[in-house]
Amino acid sequence: MAEILVLAEHDGETVKKVTCELLTLARQFGEPSAVWIGAGAEGGRERLAEFGAAKVYVADGGGIEDYVVAPAAEVLAGLVARQSPAAVFVAATPEGKEVAGRLAVKTGSGVITDAVGLTAGDGGPVAEQSIFGGAIVVQSRVRTGTPIVAVRPNSVAAEPAPAAAGIEPAGVGLTDAARAVKVTERVIAERGERPELTEAAIVVSGGRGVGNAENFALIEKLADSLGAAVGASRAATDAGWYPHQFQVGQTGKTVSPQLYLAVGISGAIQHRAGMQTAKTIMVINKDPEAPIFELADFGVVGDLFQVVPQLTEEIERRSAN
Amino acid sequence: MNIVVCMKQVPDTWAERTLRPDDSRLDRASVDGVINELDEYAIEEGLRLAEANGGEVTILTMGPEKASESIRKALSMGADKAVHLIDDGLAGSDALQTSAALAKVLGRTGFDLVILGSESTDARMGVLAAMLAERLGVPQVSLASKVEVDGSQLRVHRQTDYGYDQIEASLPAVISDPGIDPGEVGLAGAATEVVSFAKRPPRQAGTVVKDEGDGGAKAAEFLAAQKFI
Repeated sequence: MAEILVLAEHDGETVKKVTCELLTLARQFGEPSAVWIGAGAEGGRERLAEFGAAKVYVADGGGIEDYVVAPAAEVLAGLVARQSPAAVFVAATPEGKEVAGRLAVKTGSGVITDAVGLTAGDGGPVAEQSIFGGAIVVQSRVRTGTPIVAVRPNSVAAEPAPAAAGIEPAGVGLTDAARAVKVTERVIAERGERPELTEAAIVVSGGRGVGNAENFALIEKLADSLGAAVGASRAATDAGWYPHQFQVGQTGKTVSPQLYLAVGISGAIQHRAGMQTAKTIMVINKDPEAPIFELADFGVVGDLFQVVPQLTEEIERRSAN
Repeated sequence: MNIVVCMKQVPDTWAERTLRPDDSRLDRASVDGVINELDEYAIEEGLRLAEANGGEVTILTMGPEKASESIRKALSMGADKAVHLIDDGLAGSDALQTSAALAKVLGRTGFDLVILGSESTDARMGVLAAMLAERLGVPQVSLASKVEVDGSQLRVHRQTDYGYDQIEASLPAVISDPGIDPGEVGLAGAATEVVSFAKRPPRQAGTVVKDEGDGGAKAAEFLAAQKFI
C-alpha cells in the first residue's frame, strides 16, 4: 500500500489533535507513517498508533528541536527520496506551511496550502480550499512531484484505527544549513488552561462591541464554560483590549473550528477571512444590520452584556446536570 | 545595509474578487490593485531598519504592468528604488515558480536582508519566504515580531502559539546572475493546478432571534440541539 508521510505536530510530549486528523485523512490514500522531529516520540507513540500510523520515523538528537523549520524539511526530503511516499501531509500552521514550502523546493514538488478537505482523484489527492474570504471554493491538485498538502486543523474529525506505530530512526543527517536559525530562548506567555486558538474545536471571539479590556472577562467566562479558546477581532486587539496573538482575521490567525461564536463583531472582510470556514457560526450583536449575521447559523440581536452572561449561566447549568 | 522588500500587488480585499472561468486564474482586470496590506508592514519594517542601521530599501515586485502603480506608492512611502519583474511568461506561475524567479533577481540585486509580508491577502499561502530562503541557501525567520540587526547578527522574536522564541541567525550576502528560463515559469509549467472552482453555496439562512430577555437561553438551546453542550 502507498505510504503517506504525516509530519507530527507535538509539544515534546503529546501529539496535537491536528496530527490525529491528518492521520485520519491519510488513511484514505494509503498507509500513514508519522514523522517525529525532536525528543519525546516514545510518549507520543500511543496516540499515533491509535489513529493509524503504521510507522513513526524519528529524527532526534543534536539539539534538532532548537532549530527552526529547516530540519523538518530536510528530514522529510530525505524520507521522500528514500520511501517515495504517495503524498506528504502537514498541518497548515505557519510553521507547517514553511516546512511544506521548503520541502516543495527541495523535491521539486507542487504544494497546496490551507486545504479544508481532501478527496481521491485520478492523479492523487484533490484538495478543497476556501479563498477570497470564503467566497469561492476551489478544488486543486499537485501535478508535479510528490503532492505536499498543508491541511487546516478541524478539516476532518479524527477517528481511531489502531496500527503498529513502530518506531524507526529517520536516518537522515542534518546539514549545517539546517542549523542556520537557532532558538536561544523560549518565552512562554501566560495562557491558562484554554486550548490553542488555531486548534480549538470551539472559539469565542469578542470585537468592538465588547467596549474595553475589562469586559473581555465576559468573553473569557463564556469561552471557559464551553472549553473554548478566546479570540478577538482586529478592532479589539488594535485598541489594546486583548493581546495581538489572539487576533482572528486576515492580519491575525485563521481558525476553522466546529463552532465559532462572534460577540460584538460586525464582520468586516478582514475578520471573515479568518473564520469563515468554521462549521457552525453563532453571532451575538446589537446591530441587526451587521454583516456578520449573513454567516450566522444562529444569531441573537441584542445587548451582549445581557445575552452573554445569560448564555454562560445557562451553559454552566446544563453542563452541571 | 541592502534591504530588499518583496511586495505584491493584490486586488483590494474590499472588492468582490473572483477567478476567470477560462483559466481559473485571479481576475485582476476587474478590481483595483493595491499593495498587499501585509507587505506594507514589511516595507515599514525595512524603512525602520534602514534608518536604524544605515542602508537602503529596494522594492521587488513580480507582476503585470499594472503593478507599477503600487511600486510608485511604495517609493512614496520612502523606499529608495524598485525592481519590477515583468514578463507575460510569468503569468499563472505558482509559488514554486514565483520563488524561483524572485530568487534569481535577488541573486543579481544582492541583499543583506530580504523582507516579505507574512502572506498575500489574495493567495494566502504564506510559503514564499521559506521557498526563497531554501533557494538562496540563507537563514529564514518568520512570524518576526521584533527585529534587531547587530553587525552581521540578526536577532528576532518569533511568535509562537505559547509566546515567542528568541532567535539568532547571521545575515547573508549572496550574488549571482539572473536569467529566467521561460520554461520554468508560467501556468503551463506550474506544479499545481486548479481543477475546478465554484462560488461557495450561500450559507443556509440561519435563525436570527431578537433578544426579548431570553436571547442567552435561546442561544444555549441552539448549542444543546447541535450537541455542543
